[in-house]
Amino acid sequence: MIVAEQKPVEEIIRYLDKFNKIAVAACGTCVTVCMAGGEKEALTLASALRIKRLEQERPLEVKVVTPKRQCDIEFLDDIAHEIGDCEAILSLGCGAGVQFMAEKFKEKPVLPGLNTKFMGVTRDVGIWTEMCQGCGDCILEKTGGVCPVTRCSKSNFNGPCGGSSNGKCEINPGIDCGWQLIYDRLKALGMLENLYEIMPPKDWRSSRDGGPRKVEKKEVVL
Amino acid sequence: MSQELRKDNIDKNETGSVEAKTGTKAASHLQKVLEAGHFSVTAEIGPPMSANADFVRNKARELLGLVDAANITDNQTAVVRMSSIAAAYLVQQEGLEAVVQMTCRDRNRIAIQSDLLGAYALGLKNVLCLSGDHQSFGNHPESKNVYDIDSIQLINALRGMKEEKVFINGKSIKTPPEFFIGATANPFADPEELQFIRFVKKIRAGARFIQTQAIYDVERFARWMEKVRKEGLHEKAFILAGILVNKSLKSIEMTKMVAGMAVPDIFIERMARAASQEEEGVKIALELIDEIRKIEGVKGIHIMAVGWESIVPVIIERAGFLPRPAV
Repeated sequence: MIVAEQKPVEEIIRYLDKFNKIAVAACGTCVTVCMAGGEKEALTLASALRIKRLEQERPLEVKVVTPKRQCDIEFLDDIAHEIGDCEAILSLGCGAGVQFMAEKFKEKPVLPGLNTKFMGVTRDVGIWTEMCQGCGDCILEKTGGVCPVTRCSKSNFNGPCGGSSNGKCEINPGIDCGWQLIYDRLKALGMLENLYEIMPPKDWRSSRDGGPRKVEKKEVVL
Repeated sequence: MSQELRKDNIDKNETGSVEAKTGTKAASHLQKVLEAGHFSVTAEIGPPMSANADFVRNKARELLGLVDAANITDNQTAVVRMSSIAAAYLVQQEGLEAVVQMTCRDRNRIAIQSDLLGAYALGLKNVLCLSGDHQSFGNHPESKNVYDIDSIQLINALRGMKEEKVFINGKSIKTPPEFFIGATANPFADPEELQFIRFVKKIRAGARFIQTQAIYDVERFARWMEKVRKEGLHEKAFILAGILVNKSLKSIEMTKMVAGMAVPDIFIERMARAASQEEEGVKIALELIDEIRKIEGVKGIHIMAVGWESIVPVIIERAGFLPRPAV
């Protein structure tokens, strides 16, 4: 899923300053799972914003809407009537959601309520970790299902740097060394020979370095 | 140090300096020293955090005639310093051969290849390929890193330039740089097996000299060298053992804390008990050098005296490394 976290209320309240009536748009998918921008978080944030503005004696009218996903146009059509006369939309979607909402509701400012962090997994209750950078050319078959691009701080392709210590990355003892994970996994699978291959430089065109990307599945394109 | 010894060495180095300045195709001085079967001695010069050329020139003069070459670090610990190539050029103008350190942190493959074409054109002939300390350790932790290629891919690229006369993209180079290619190895980093595989890959990729992490645990290093000899790797690349000189108890304690360093407690205790920690630091370094140079397959010593460069000439003289060979 796409993992995000909510911006501080103080930051959000600043850029809502000139509005008196807004819609907070939750998103029912990834950010609901990572507890950043689901309906529950949207309702809580809406209350916090109302209280802050009451303290300033400038009440803010806040309506909460929850499309199933902000990244699919059909779900945005569903909420169009609810947005109605709101002056602005605070999107609790990921960066894609915010931008798609802005495309759909052209006449209104759409503002971000979250900081989008990464593609990851729920590691534990309330803990999410990064697993994929969407580099566009997966090599997990060679590395025991552990991604060196994402999980090595230097995206090394040919083993760990000298900073791997007791299985941890030198930049932060809270981060596992990606190459230790790869090694452990390949060893357990009896596939250590994979590590002897000198992996050539990656073609980064498949990644962000090739410019904004597009995927087309020809057979379903109308 | 005796003035005659130093002068003698400077005279012998004069020929090397001319070659360094003219950028001829001949092998580097360091390569010649090693290939002639001499035990090499190298040290490090950290460029200044400024545009001060005299700082670099003075450091070069201090080492002239005492070492076969000096590594010029590339923004080590991710702190902005004078470019390693520019500083290396200044060093060679003083007649001392440089080993350019090149990290993968700050440059993509376009910049790395371009900078190294320039380095070779300037007469620089040795390159040490490294990943580079992560920028989070340095003085611009807000910066974006690159890591377009890793250090093994960099080694392979330099080998490709030299042997196949091609860039990373496979396109031919009319006048390719023919560097003496170096890499690092850490006999103490874990996981041991994986680190060894990586070391083997560096040699397969084209590394012809290896500078190791600083050695304190000689027994463990000797076991590592045994493995190196068993695989015949000491015949494929020159193994240059790293020695770090500590000035104080605090310095050796900090060294021990660095990831991938193995410092036996006995050295900490010795420093703590010593009447003069500086002298004890020198003694420890000399003892380590003495034991390490006896290990079969070790072809040289690389001295790192971070923050205490002035001790390097003392170590070199007391270790009996003078005069340096003229080749």
